[in-house]
Amino acid sequence: MAQVEAAPGIMTTADGQPLKLSLQRALRRSKIRAMLLVAPLFLFILVTFLLPILDMTFRSVENQLVSEILHRSVPLLQQWDEKTGDLPPEDVFQAMVEDFKEGRENRTIGRVGTRLNYEVAGMSSLFRSTARKARRIKEGPYTDALIKANKRWGDVETWRLIKRESGTITLSYYLAAVDLRFGSDGSVQAQPENRQIYVKLFVRTLWLSTLITALCLVLGYPISYLLATLPTRTSNMLMILVLLPFWTSLLVRTTSWIVLLQQEGVINDLLVWVGIIADDARIRMIHNQAGTIIAMTHILLPFMVLPLYSVMKTIPPSYMRAAMSLGANPFTAFMRVYVPNTVAGIGAGGILVFIIAIGYYITPALVGGTSGTLISNFIAYHMQVSLNWGLAGALGAILLAIVLILYLLYDKIVGIDNMKLG
Amino acid sequence: MPPPVYAGPVERTWYYTFRVICGLIFFFLITPILVIMPLSFNTVPFFTFTPEMLALDPDAFSLRWYNDFFTNANWQGAVKNSFIIAFFSTILATVLGTVAALGLSRAVMPYKTLIMAILISPMIVPLIISAAGMYFFYSKIGLASTHLGIILAHTALGTPFVVITVTATLVGFDHSLTRAAASLGSTPVRTFFKVVVPLILPGVISGALFAFITSFDEVVVVLFVASFEQRTIPWQMFSGIRENISPTILAVATMLVVVSVMLLSVLELLRRRNERLRGMSPG
Repeated sequence: MAQVEAAPGIMTTADGQPLKLSLQRALRRSKIRAMLLVAPLFLFILVTFLLPILDMTFRSVENQLVSEILHRSVPLLQQWDEKTGDLPPEDVFQAMVEDFKEGRENRTIGRVGTRLNYEVAGMSSLFRSTARKARRIKEGPYTDALIKANKRWGDVETWRLIKRESGTITLSYYLAAVDLRFGSDGSVQAQPENRQIYVKLFVRTLWLSTLITALCLVLGYPISYLLATLPTRTSNMLMILVLLPFWTSLLVRTTSWIVLLQQEGVINDLLVWVGIIADDARIRMIHNQAGTIIAMTHILLPFMVLPLYSVMKTIPPSYMRAAMSLGANPFTAFMRVYVPNTVAGIGAGGILVFIIAIGYYITPALVGGTSGTLISNFIAYHMQVSLNWGLAGALGAILLAIVLILYLLYDKIVGIDNMKLG
Repeated sequence: MPPPVYAGPVERTWYYTFRVICGLIFFFLITPILVIMPLSFNTVPFFTFTPEMLALDPDAFSLRWYNDFFTNANWQGAVKNSFIIAFFSTILATVLGTVAALGLSRAVMPYKTLIMAILISPMIVPLIISAAGMYFFYSKIGLASTHLGIILAHTALGTPFVVITVTATLVGFDHSLTRAAASLGSTPVRTFFKVVVPLILPGVISGALFAFITSFDEVVVVLFVASFEQRTIPWQMFSGIRENISPTILAVATMLVVVSVMLLSVLELLRRRNERLRGMSPG
């Protein structure tokens, strides 16, 4: 290597490099080495996890189906002014008939009907019936022929709908996810009363999650306190009672609650045997909200106890004694000295439980019945049963946004690096 | 630990009331797990204690449901799949996670917070959303309904635990040890296996256990991405509860509880060993 002329007074390494430069190089090398270590996992998470979620989010706004299958009529429709209240011109009808013939041959036309049916009821049957009749339309005037096939083609609203949903991107899934829809004039309006379910469902999910979090706090606080104040030997023994449920399969715990709570189950049997309730008046504790609340509180309780315990463990018992020696009664000392010291733990446990609760799927699906289902159950429903994937994506993206906001809050309070496991 | 001698009657009462309340909460926590155990030995297909069982009549107990579990092809297939999937995803997650944690714990790593947030995101995002995303994406690239697809999905879900536990172990890691090894002429690879690995092993093993239990327990992603051919134990339990609930599920549940007791013991032993090592090492 060529000798670098170092200015006098600058420190150099043995081979004459300025020390600063040499250090910078070494630093860059070790930076690259660190990045290379992280890279495999980063790429792996990117491909197997982040891309799928981006893909789902993309699906919630993607809308190429209509313009792809009605590829003749949609470009022509763009020139039609939907505000005049007149039907589109004859060439649009002709193009539509041809699109129908092709769509029937490729068996794709029904998908357009299903897609438009999400917006306006009856579209699916309109497309099905028209597809059957369209092949008999041999010559014009196509306007009359199509209207004869189904009179809804004579309705300007049908054409407005097709024109509105022919863009490559749509917000209608997001609107549907918050019980709104596009009106016939393109304005945003509320869904009809009987189709408003999602806002209620979001509210129910948030309410049940809050309730479960509160219950976990009420149940978790005393035992965390006990665990933190008992001698280590005893508290380690009792800790097993918290950790064993934590480590036990979720399905095992859900099964247990079914066994305990069902009408022919252990608790009802016990109550009947003791004589508190009559044999024919067994309490319904499962397949409703009560089932979801009880089972989820049980499942999430360890997530509350562990952070609370780790915070309480750091509070010296001398604080309480000091407060009492200064004249506070035990209750005041507890409320004014002990509880404020545990706020970090309450925040950490509370947000953790809340985040897990609002995305919960398995337990509500098994013990929730209809009144105890959460938003995640509807995401699953739209993915597996109704196959309205756009709406599933939109509901999922909204849920994800809520969770991420809460998570940022959690990060502010506890820091992700301090997350405790087990 | 009885209440202090100077405690007044009110404090005494409160002291015992508090113990009773805590006892009830512990009872709430542990009963559901214990109650299924005796029921899994039921002779009849009921989910409740029969009068004969309460009278401890030996005829009321049987291994019928365990027998069913071990002879039923559906369950045996599920067990096989569960272990295959959990095994491979644990290995993948442990290797990827440990290597990444080594990089993340270096002081020079740029954008540490952001990268950490991305790496542990599979733990934060609700499973139903991960499952929905994977369902669409994996079907597009032909990974849905394959063992490989589930293994990759479970690896992604398991790595955050490995990253967190190994990073936590590395916080107390004395970097002068690797420098000492290097100054004594050891190559980086040799240093890694002879010096670093033995020291971070407890963290790696507990991370691996977390990854294993994540995969072994996971049902949402399996429900969406897998088909009958890839069914796992939780998948089988889920469909069992939904369709024809039989006490075989209780037998499986009991065995799973035993498995989690074993896992818990291993973790506890690791924690103790780790604390001992920490206590011995200077600083």
